[in-house]
Amino acid sequence: MEHYISLFVRSVFVENMALSAFLGMCTFLAVSKKVQTAMGLGIAVIVVQAITVPVNNLLFNYILKDGALAWAGFSDVDLSFLGLICYIGVIAAIVQILEMTLDKFFPALYNALGIFLPLITVNCAILGGTLFMVEGDLAFDESVVYGLGSGFGWALAIVALAGIREKMKYSDVPDGLRGLGITFISVGLMALGFMSFSGVQL
Amino acid sequence: MAFDKAEAKSVIVSPIFDNNPIALQVLGICSALAVTGKMEKALVMSIALTVVLAFSNLIISTIRNHIPSSIRIIVQMTIIASLVIVVDQVLQAYAYETAKELSVFVGLIITNCIVMGRAEAYAMKNGPVMSFFDGIGNGLGYSALLMAVAAIRELFGSGSLFGMVILDPIKDGGWYPTNGLLLLPPSAFFVIGLLIWALRAWKKDQVEAA
Repeated sequence: MEHYISLFVRSVFVENMALSAFLGMCTFLAVSKKVQTAMGLGIAVIVVQAITVPVNNLLFNYILKDGALAWAGFSDVDLSFLGLICYIGVIAAIVQILEMTLDKFFPALYNALGIFLPLITVNCAILGGTLFMVEGDLAFDESVVYGLGSGFGWALAIVALAGIREKMKYSDVPDGLRGLGITFISVGLMALGFMSFSGVQL
Repeated sequence: MAFDKAEAKSVIVSPIFDNNPIALQVLGICSALAVTGKMEKALVMSIALTVVLAFSNLIISTIRNHIPSSIRIIVQMTIIASLVIVVDQVLQAYAYETAKELSVFVGLIITNCIVMGRAEAYAMKNGPVMSFFDGIGNGLGYSALLMAVAAIRELFGSGSLFGMVILDPIKDGGWYPTNGLLLLPPSAFFVIGLLIWALRAWKKDQVEAA
């Protein structure tokens, strides 16, 4: 149990997807103008991340990894070079399925998430989560915790940034820096803040 | 489609300053931040992205009239992912050390929004040759910004360019006190933010409305 908690906290704070791995930046900067929309996108990312990382973990361990096809009688087949195309296929498919399920059974939630669901397919935090999982060679149960944690960390970061940007509307920013420029600099400051977690040992 | 030299030139040149993918279109920022600590990494990443971008634009534009629009995202994804796998395998074969350092970021070219964005915005509407040039142009725009950021970070952060010592750092008996902050990832945000400021001070029409 302790191991899982430590993995969760590490993936939320120390290895924060947005602020220390810099993944999902495009959406992070583009959809962080209002806290409300940021929150919706954040929840969508948590859900998708928590499903895709474990699924890709199974895919990697039982089909793609070197010698993983031993159960089917092909013990010397290494399909790991097909990894990228499989992961992105899985992600696109899951997002699509999730969209249809939500539309059918939870219309309220579906309407709240709106266009963010399809956008998530091309959010690099999702693919990045899977790739980090593969690189770190996580077991299935660890990958569940990691998926949940990394999604949560990303959501936390985007909501925080949206909060800052809402306040920033009232400040007098120099012309050329307004909009994207100042957002970059505030994200930089946030990232510096998150670096203070990096020494945390659990 | 007749080959138009002037248009080809403007398609290649305009993304570099006038319509920079990172500074103005807000595309492909993730990798721009993470790989700019060293110029060598940034260069390999720029080349990889430009190649993928040019060829994905070329292929998608060639078959654009045969893709049903409801599944176009999946089709584009598959084409891009295949190209990225090729680039990844080539890098691992010929530049193994750098490939290891870039780790997941080569794979993340798939979800790099520049590639998807240009496929969607340009290649789906224009002929193959122009799309190929558009890919190269946007790749160059991305590379220009990436190399600028990497140059600033490596020069002031560790006193060297491409690993060659320019400013003698104190720890090796030189005179230059290295600025460790610039080696930390958050500094990439500051550098890009300031570059955007500089670019917009120069090209006033890019300033965002309040």
